[in-house]
Amino acid sequence: MSHPSQVQLTADGRLKHFLTTEDLSRELLTEILDTADSFISTQERSVKKVPLLRGKTVVNLFFENSTRTRSTFELAAKRLSADILNLDIARSATSKGETLMDTLWNLEAMYSDMFVVRHADSGAAHFIAEQVTPNVAIINAGDGRHAHPTQAMLDMLTIRRHKQQIEGQIVAIVGDILHSRVARSQIHALKTLGAAEVRVIGPATLLPRDIDSLGAKAFYRMEDGLKDCDVVIMLRLQKERMQNALLPSESEFFKLYGLTEQKLALAKPDAIVMHPGPINRGVEIESAVADGSQSVILNQVSYGIAVRMAVMAMAMSGQQGGEDNL
Amino acid sequence: MSLPDIDHLLATLEQQLNHYLQHHGISNPLLIGIRTGGVWIAEELQRRLSLSGDMGVLDISFYRDDFTRKGLHPQVKGSQLPDSIEDRDIILIDDVIKSGRTIRAAMNELFDYGRPARIALVTLLDVGQRELPVQPDVCAHSMALASKQVIKLSGPEPLLLTVS
Repeated sequence: MSHPSQVQLTADGRLKHFLTTEDLSRELLTEILDTADSFISTQERSVKKVPLLRGKTVVNLFFENSTRTRSTFELAAKRLSADILNLDIARSATSKGETLMDTLWNLEAMYSDMFVVRHADSGAAHFIAEQVTPNVAIINAGDGRHAHPTQAMLDMLTIRRHKQQIEGQIVAIVGDILHSRVARSQIHALKTLGAAEVRVIGPATLLPRDIDSLGAKAFYRMEDGLKDCDVVIMLRLQKERMQNALLPSESEFFKLYGLTEQKLALAKPDAIVMHPGPINRGVEIESAVADGSQSVILNQVSYGIAVRMAVMAMAMSGQQGGEDNL
Repeated sequence: MSLPDIDHLLATLEQQLNHYLQHHGISNPLLIGIRTGGVWIAEELQRRLSLSGDMGVLDISFYRDDFTRKGLHPQVKGSQLPDSIEDRDIILIDDVIKSGRTIRAAMNELFDYGRPARIALVTLLDVGQRELPVQPDVCAHSMALASKQVIKLSGPEPLLLTVS
């Protein structure tokens, strides 16, 4: 199997699929953010739709449940004027014994133009991108522990809009880094876009051993890792990690790694607080911080639609560029 | 090919637009320039006509009818319009009209912001080759352009017309 960074680009280096932030150029990541910025203004109008994907069919192919991510992709597609089909694969075709390839071929036979894929296995979106016909675009909506590139890009957009630039920022990512596809995609994007320092903070059981090779710096105590940060990104804690003894109890985790006003005071006074949602209040973050003046959590949700619109439009167009000679 | 003098074109456009506004009894027009050349012309006309109030900027990238063939413009900058265009007399401005497709896209976009009272079209140049039934209400100069020729306005300081 070829590397995702090769599969997701056209011969002239434009976005064909969106599978990972890894190895994408700074120019391309910036172009995604710039395009998303423009879509934010269309979302503030009374008519929120633009006609870019009119007549196109987008299939939300979710092998793993996620109401929030699926909803934002659905809204993004609808606001690009596409027709959208939501398939809860876990409860439908494959549970009746149909293979993944049969499912894909059937969807292609329905003249689908784009698949938004979420799957519990790392590399699933990449695999599908290699199998589909060339005119079908694949957007990775989260695969195993590997990548969640649109979430990472909406986080980049949030940082850029609230801190003016990503370059030079000190960013801390807190929580279960080991199992987080979001964190991996964030680290790649932050490094490419010029963050001064990317820190990961969590218990040793939840920090990957190869974190240095990703370009992030590990901290085991919030009190050390939060010092002088510009951005604090809290990750959602998956409670099954606790049942599998990778973590102490919820209250113990909150005591050590929960974000409180007191701990946030260690970061810079104008630091912003982010969280991909849904929030476990009192486990990852206390309500006073989640609802406080430094929180940009709800802005992330709004930007998520704009980023997904940008990625879908760019992937669908094949990005040939155009002359203003009309 | 020799091109007309830009200062002369702008003076003609100012005079004709002024006449158009008076003839139609428009006292509070909203000038909206289409990126990029149209915005420069609109800024110039706003200044020359001493119009107060906001001016609008329209980026039609999300409304182009050739999106699936040519893709998204790599540098979409977005539109900036006043809070409401409802019942406003809009003067839509572009540097060059050719096929008419840009103007169609611009009008589609405008109607997603509201329902204006009227839209008048102002262009610096008309180079023919229309593919849609769209004509400017005010145009400083009409000229014939060979099918493969492209005329471009660069600017904003100085504004310069070139043909290639």
